[in-house]
Amino acid sequence: MSDTLVQELEARAGTATAEGPEWLEPVRRAARERFARTGFPSPRDEEWRFTPIGPIAQGTWRSAPAGARGVTREQLAPFLFGRDDWSTLVFVNGVYAEGLSRTALLPGVRAGSLAEALRADGALLEPHLSRHAPIEGSPFTALNTAFLGDGGVVHVGAGAELTAPIHLLFVTTAEAGGAVVHPRNLLVIERGARAAIIESYVTLAPGQSYWTNPVTEVSVAPGAWVEHTRIQRESERAYHVGLTHVDQYRDSHYRSFTLAMGGALARHNLHVRLNDENIETLMYGLYLTRGEQVADNHTAIYHDQPNCRSWEVYKGILDGRSRAVFNGKVFVKPEAQKTDAKQTNRNLLLSDGAKVDTKPQLEIFADDVKCTHGATVGRLDELARFYARSRGIPAPAADRLLTYAFAAEVIDEVALAPVREELDRLVLERLGGL
Amino acid sequence: MLEIRDLRATAGDKEILRGIDLTVNPGEVHAVMGPNGSGKSTLAQVLAGHPAYKVTGGSIRYRGEDLLELEPEARAQAGLFLAFQYPVEIPGVSNAYFLRAAYNEIRKANGLEEVDSMDFLDLLEEKLKLVEWEPEIMSRAVNSGFSGGEKKRNEILQMAVLEPTLAILDETDSGLDIDALRIVAAGVNKLRRPDNATIVVTHYQRLLNYIVPDFVHVLSGGRIVKSGGKELALELEARGYEWLEDAVGAAS
Repeated sequence: MSDTLVQELEARAGTATAEGPEWLEPVRRAARERFARTGFPSPRDEEWRFTPIGPIAQGTWRSAPAGARGVTREQLAPFLFGRDDWSTLVFVNGVYAEGLSRTALLPGVRAGSLAEALRADGALLEPHLSRHAPIEGSPFTALNTAFLGDGGVVHVGAGAELTAPIHLLFVTTAEAGGAVVHPRNLLVIERGARAAIIESYVTLAPGQSYWTNPVTEVSVAPGAWVEHTRIQRESERAYHVGLTHVDQYRDSHYRSFTLAMGGALARHNLHVRLNDENIETLMYGLYLTRGEQVADNHTAIYHDQPNCRSWEVYKGILDGRSRAVFNGKVFVKPEAQKTDAKQTNRNLLLSDGAKVDTKPQLEIFADDVKCTHGATVGRLDELARFYARSRGIPAPAADRLLTYAFAAEVIDEVALAPVREELDRLVLERLGGL
Repeated sequence: MLEIRDLRATAGDKEILRGIDLTVNPGEVHAVMGPNGSGKSTLAQVLAGHPAYKVTGGSIRYRGEDLLELEPEARAQAGLFLAFQYPVEIPGVSNAYFLRAAYNEIRKANGLEEVDSMDFLDLLEEKLKLVEWEPEIMSRAVNSGFSGGEKKRNEILQMAVLEPTLAILDETDSGLDIDALRIVAAGVNKLRRPDNATIVVTHYQRLLNYIVPDFVHVLSGGRIVKSGGKELALELEARGYEWLEDAVGAAS
């Protein structure tokens, strides 16, 4: 199973691993040891019961070849959007490609590669890197941490306002076929700052099978406002298992939007911990699957403190013989009184062969709270279909319109207009237009 | 324009329309009245092609064509419009987008060029005045979160934009306060032309004070039991439906 990976890990332990500050080596070592001990999750593991990770666990994955050889800015055009003045950090097969990236200098904001930050600026990283996403959380996180080397680092200083979003763009090329990449991102938004960050996983080799294993840690300081968008458009033969862990502090606002449409198997875990009072968290998600794709979203919100509000809506549109998994955990600690948490998962089946496993999981230990959840799996509404047709819209167009409407309802929640428009465009393109 | 002969229709196992005969000519306004459960809304929905009803007998000819052969969208493209009793909410699609899509589909089907969103906005501006509405309503999702009155007004706006040859208003007055009723009725009246026709389905006579019919038909038990001029509506208002039902019961 994970033998080749363990061998590679051992080889790394023998030689000096990638450069980095002194404190990092024990972090990597602990992660190495952790993964060597646990290996991949077994199908009996409740957390992974519905996620068919067999092809990952049984595969032989080599490290992706470094470098952006031959990749041009033109090839990236389909994945870029918004305005020219947006900062875009491009990573090819997991490695930062400076020549393809564009960084605008903004006061109080630093955006660059983790590899560079490890060389230059360990002090910023030390309090955060691997402090938010524990290696015990999942073998995949341990593995990512063991191989930790490159990814995006964004630091938005206290009170700074990011006027344009920062886009972290992870591209795989044909050379990544059969390889694994472990992007590691760190987003630190300081006190009272305001930022929008986009994380994209795309490919220049849509027919290739590879594996992306990213981890993103996010720290949202008191009073900060963050919009975090994640766009996953991997090859439909690829594997993607990602974790986003967010720590929020007093009076902060964090909103995430996750679009998942690629991957043979794509799983994303979004964990948000509310460490203080008066925090607001919005989690929106949209997954579109077809063929034999499997899309798996696991979210967990930890209401550790009182007077916080979390609002979650994940929607899925499934076609072919595809499958989706949704698991939404809401933990409310005894002291987290006046928690207001709402979770919704809605699924639209476009075919008879598609299947959804949806599971809300609420563990509430406070008594003065408002926590609701709901899950639906259904078809297009016949009455709405008739209404559209009675206005002259032919049945196939009515179906596309209503399917798009189902998605648009959640896309509309994205705050930044250019991001919203791009998500809209991607979904329309996938659905075959209106 | 419309010739209904011995129309029979069922919902599930239940026969709801049991032999309807009705002829509507261009320029006419017909009111179809009747107590709850008489089949008047079913008649409206069968005309529009609602999939929940099955036509088991009779015929409908519309502008020389067999209406029952046409899909709902083809009926709309041929100029038939049903203002729904319960307009459907479509979150996620703006009112403007939906209406322009419908407008263009109907134009396309009639061999006309589609209009772009700018030209459509000009057209819309003029039609909005007809229902005394501000353009803001167009950026809201279709009927989503609309009040009962707003939904009905939206139906009339759609009707104004799509300019049907035959409009069927299904209980358009239900749930409207007097001001909304006046606006909706005024909209309908302004859309009347010698070459189009309207069927007003209603339980109460109230709407007919504003939209004055040429003919009034009373439906009971899935049949038209009495037809007359506009004075019949007043008689129904004064006497209720029982006397007609009793009369029919006695006759059969």
